[in-house]
Amino acid sequence: MTPHDAKRPLQLNAQGQLRHFLSLDGLPRALLTEILDTADSFLEVGARAVKKVPLLRGKTVCNVFFENSTRTRTTFELAAQRLSADVITLNVSTSSTSKGETLFDTLRNLEAMAADMFVVRHSDSGAAHFIAEHVCPDVAIINGGDGRHSHPTQGMLDMLTIRRHKGGFENLSVAIVGDILHSRVARSNMLALKALGCPDIRVVGPKTLLPVGVEQYGVKVYTDLAQGLKDVDVVIMLRLQRERMQGGLLPSEGEFYRLFGLTTARLAGAKPDAIVMHPGPINRGVEIESAVADGAQSVILNQVTYGIAVRMAVLSMAMSGQTAQRQFEQENVQ
Amino acid sequence: MSLSILGARVIDPTSGLDSVTDLHVSEGKLVGLGAAPAGFSASQSIDATGLIAAPGLVDLNVALREPGYSRKGTIASETRAAAAGGVTSLCCPPQTKPILDTSAVTELILDRAREAGHCKVYPIGALSKGLEGEQLAELVALRDAGCIAFGNGLRSFPNNRTLCRALEYAATFDLTVIFNSQDHDLAKGGLAHEGPTASFLGLVGIPETAETVALARDLLLVEQSGVRAHFSQLTTARGVQLIADAQARGLPVTADVALYQLILTDEALIDFSSLYHVQPPLRTRKDRDGLREAVKAGVVQAISSHHQPHERDAKLAPFAATEPGISSVELLLPLALTLVEDGLLDLPTLLARLSSGPAQAMRIAAGELKVGAAADIVLFDRNASTVAGENWLSKGQNSPFLGHCLPGEVRHTLMDGHFSFGG
Repeated sequence: MTPHDAKRPLQLNAQGQLRHFLSLDGLPRALLTEILDTADSFLEVGARAVKKVPLLRGKTVCNVFFENSTRTRTTFELAAQRLSADVITLNVSTSSTSKGETLFDTLRNLEAMAADMFVVRHSDSGAAHFIAEHVCPDVAIINGGDGRHSHPTQGMLDMLTIRRHKGGFENLSVAIVGDILHSRVARSNMLALKALGCPDIRVVGPKTLLPVGVEQYGVKVYTDLAQGLKDVDVVIMLRLQRERMQGGLLPSEGEFYRLFGLTTARLAGAKPDAIVMHPGPINRGVEIESAVADGAQSVILNQVTYGIAVRMAVLSMAMSGQTAQRQFEQENVQ
Repeated sequence: MSLSILGARVIDPTSGLDSVTDLHVSEGKLVGLGAAPAGFSASQSIDATGLIAAPGLVDLNVALREPGYSRKGTIASETRAAAAGGVTSLCCPPQTKPILDTSAVTELILDRAREAGHCKVYPIGALSKGLEGEQLAELVALRDAGCIAFGNGLRSFPNNRTLCRALEYAATFDLTVIFNSQDHDLAKGGLAHEGPTASFLGLVGIPETAETVALARDLLLVEQSGVRAHFSQLTTARGVQLIADAQARGLPVTADVALYQLILTDEALIDFSSLYHVQPPLRTRKDRDGLREAVKAGVVQAISSHHQPHERDAKLAPFAATEPGISSVELLLPLALTLVEDGLLDLPTLLARLSSGPAQAMRIAAGELKVGAAADIVLFDRNASTVAGENWLSKGQNSPFLGHCLPGEVRHTLMDGHFSFGG
């Protein structure tokens, strides 16, 4: 006997369009490509004098951040504004939950204010799934990062960065370096690269920072940085949190930098035209040398720019998918 | 009241009886098997043709939630649910509020259970005061009040020396200690089995070694102290192997598993459904198969529900913020019959693991159909089915099996000769 856990495509509507954006798991390559193509078209909007399109006029987008963020929150706000939506941002960690209000009640209240879309960041893995499934299924839910699980818009902006700089994914070698274990960015990148057909995905780090069974993503594991970087086209460095020194995961920042920090010398082992990425915020001298972060091969600031376009793409696609689903359900009721 | 149960297939795993015959009950006792005793006249009789009669089930772990957590369940509601699952005797764990570490709490539980009258309740007392692992609870006073055994739940002793002394003290008075072996530090913050599923979902893992490291230590301390020990809620194949090895070298330890661990694996977590959030966690297919084999071989003598009812809100949050546990006692017999359907166990062996096995592990006078013993009997129809949740009695709706069609249907449960279910 098996439990009733048939995997439902929670984030797709009856026509296979996005209605929530929770995770890259199970999304077809065509849909990921559509997100990238749509984001490409929005990049032009960002370059115009008047940076607005009317796609979400009259809609209310609510950013609900249960965890601190600057970059992600700001780029989501800008993305929604450039789509002409009304935007409100709540840093819930400092308001309702300290009064004892649950996640469930916070979101139900916001839903009652007729929000059309929630962008949610939360420190618990699965929080966005929980909201889409049990709290507000009729509001489009965009995952702005949940625990260690998923950060799908970061994953897609990384893919846009790679595609714009490398043209595609078919012949690439990509190395993801550092704290894979705690990283939702790494998980989303591994899923996206696999789905888009990247043939050589590598993860590099000490065993204490690699999740058990990471091979399930179709990646090769390296514990030596020089080997992991050899002839790669793309290096994605991950942020190392200071608290990782506690509990025996690492002896010191210095030892980590000596073994896994990206320096000019280390980067020389990659292809000459390799690009260097980082989801930010960077720790100079902990996982990356300043000369690399600010160097010619770094595309770290391009990632931020592309992040707005990707978020515009995801917001507009999910809003139209959710609207279509509601119309479909209403017609079927009548 | 006197009662005759006519024409059932009577299975008693202890005596090996398995035949179509009659049972006669008078004044709460089983007075006849086959022919009625001289002078017996039944005031009521049940035509049990086509049904199976077996000893009432003995469940070694049913959280009754009272005192302290009556929003999740009460002694009345959960013992009634247990009777519907075929249970006539159950042990309740010490995680109440206040903790079950005083005679007063023991007596309160026993009084309320008697008042409800659905099941015989055998409290498991706290091994240490407040389950803190620092000072011993008054074990002998608790025994005298009615505690059947002592445990510290998943809260391990912070200090091996204190644990060792607790075991020696318990051994002095021939008390049974129940271990839920899990290393506190290795399991810290964990939500799911450490493996590919937890990694994929970004949930903090609990490694297999959280169980095996603690279990190996506990077995050595049991051996040294000579305490009577039972290992509860094993989850790993390596863990049951350690138990088997200890038994093979002559250590008389017993063990149980949670029934759901024989059915579910950590793959069920893939949608983040909090219904599958349990502690210790669901493990891999390999572990489940190892547990199943250990149950079959008799290394594990008891299958228990490890019933944990919850109110709705306890499960209505992101996975990490939910409370662990499955409301499961009500489905004990139908869910266990899936093991017979799967071909793992024959029916008498299954019934042994659900009645005589656990009764012997806790030295409870139950689990057999013996003339002169209490008439604790379950009558069920193997060929009917149970739609889980159709007539739900537990206060906890937190079962992933709700809506499932399960084999077999409990028709009547008799405790001390009166109907505790299906009168």
